[in-house]
Amino acid sequence: MKRHLSKLYLLGALIAAGILSLFESSISPYYYQIIIYIGINIILASSLNIINGFAGQFSLGHAGFMAIGAYTSAVITFSAHAQPGTVTGYAVFTGALLAAGLVASFFGLLVGIPSLRLKGDYLAITTLGLGEIIRVIIQNLDFLGAARGFTGIAKMSNFFWVYGVVAVVIVLIWNLIHSTYGKGFLAVRDDEIAAEAIGINATHYKVVAFVTGAFFAGIAGGLYAHFVTYINPSQFGFLRSFEIVVMVVVGGMGSIVGVILAAVILTILPEALRAIAQYRMVIYALLLIVIMLSRPQGLFGGGINVKCSFRKAPTGT
Amino acid sequence: MSEFLQQVINGVSLGSIYALIALGYTMIYGILRFINFAHGDVFMIGAFVGYYAAPQVMKIAGGSVFLSAILVMLIAMIVCSVLGVTIEKLAYRPLRSRPKLTVLITAIGMSFFLEYGGQLVFGPDPKLFPTLFPSAAIVNAKNLVISTNSVVVIVTALALMLLLRLIVFKTKLGTAMRAVSYDHRAAALMGINIDTVISFTFVLGSSLAAAAALLYASVYPSINPLMGIFPGLKAFIAAVLGGIGNLFGAALGGLIIGLTETFVTGYISPTFRDAIAFAILILILLFKPSGIMGRHEAEKV
Repeated sequence: MKRHLSKLYLLGALIAAGILSLFESSISPYYYQIIIYIGINIILASSLNIINGFAGQFSLGHAGFMAIGAYTSAVITFSAHAQPGTVTGYAVFTGALLAAGLVASFFGLLVGIPSLRLKGDYLAITTLGLGEIIRVIIQNLDFLGAARGFTGIAKMSNFFWVYGVVAVVIVLIWNLIHSTYGKGFLAVRDDEIAAEAIGINATHYKVVAFVTGAFFAGIAGGLYAHFVTYINPSQFGFLRSFEIVVMVVVGGMGSIVGVILAAVILTILPEALRAIAQYRMVIYALLLIVIMLSRPQGLFGGGINVKCSFRKAPTGT
Repeated sequence: MSEFLQQVINGVSLGSIYALIALGYTMIYGILRFINFAHGDVFMIGAFVGYYAAPQVMKIAGGSVFLSAILVMLIAMIVCSVLGVTIEKLAYRPLRSRPKLTVLITAIGMSFFLEYGGQLVFGPDPKLFPTLFPSAAIVNAKNLVISTNSVVVIVTALALMLLLRLIVFKTKLGTAMRAVSYDHRAAALMGINIDTVISFTFVLGSSLAAAAALLYASVYPSINPLMGIFPGLKAFIAAVLGGIGNLFGAALGGLIIGLTETFVTGYISPTFRDAIAFAILILILLFKPSGIMGRHEAEKV
């Protein structure tokens, strides 16, 4: 029974999402939009948490993978003329989301293999650069609408799709972390050299974490594209990546529940505080600094013994 | 041919600005082994200090263009040095024994704080940087214009780099810097005050960034609080390209990035301008992660 607990939970969550989505027309569109964004941000933050929190690799280009997913799925449903509300439409949408994840993870592999041989800072800059390169390339591709953006995407994402994926992602991460494989991630994060010394192929684990993270970011991008129905390259800039990073750091790197909570709060907060919108990025920045100085395990962290698990920088070198 | 020459001159002038910023990254990395993400924003603050100081200084200095330019530069350099040292004291020093990821996140936070704090203080709209010295054409041929501006940029940058070289290799503090970058603990045992050396490194790096900002703003006079992001990133890439931790490498990397950028803008397409530096970075990391002038460092446990 215990072995199947996560499967039961997943099934339950999917059914709940399905039932709730029947009532979605009774929610005001504004709140509905926020609820959807919360779901998408949970997927994004949780997927970055695999890379950042569990494998200890700092990626600043998560929005780039989201962009790849958004465009890939949009092109597929658009060229297949998928219609919402039809069985074939949703079948195409499922395929498009999977393709979005696969293409994003392919790019994750492409950038991961060279840059993951390097240490944290380099990876941060490389991923930032990758996100930027993706944006510039999309801006120059006419069939993707270039800088004008891509319009006419079918509105497929709803409560069921978004929160279905949320449930799948959470269950998957939960299982991953409690598997032997997941312990490999933590070992690489905590002390790469020691992990290598006991025979763990650190690069392999880092690449797997990166590719998995990119996969879910791609799917989140697909869900996003099919909710807003219009995408353009500037929606997936560095700021978007930064927001996701803040969610992970505030929630506590490596803490599944913490990151979800942070994603929820940091999606609602800017909406609630519209009056001081111009202070938002300053508050985010200060939040990062203050948290790093006083509570490096994050606001809700504590997760997997984070406090002593990050490797101390050698002071003597 | 003359168009090619024009691109070279533009490239060298842009490249020497990148080189000045890159020197800050490379020195701080050499001492502390981390990327000071906020360095590009110190550069931005330098430009704004110049923007606010220039009209006042010009009034005081009377008609002397030369004197007011030097005074404005000195003021910007001093303000940025103070800023750099303050950032280090408040944000980086308490984290010195903490994991690198923590410091990196703090530096990113600091970078965003300066950018968006700058937007609140200076306003988000671009501002026109005042002309410190009127630019005149020295050579004005059909396809080739060499202005005093590019000469001033190149000469100033070169002079500052030589001065830095003098400080690092001929003074006591410079020797201490090199010792600390070689081995913190051994340097401390030899009686070197690590904190002083680190503060001094931030003074040098930040004042070079401020000088670079004024040169940059004299070439591209539209300044805004987010202007530091791309020059900062490109200068960082220049530092990696040259071999991070290596002063000569940073200067060389800056020149290469500057030249590549102007050539891409001139001959291919301006839209790829900002992406090309990142492509260079990825290639360097793939084939020679230690950079052109860098030496391979074994990981210490």
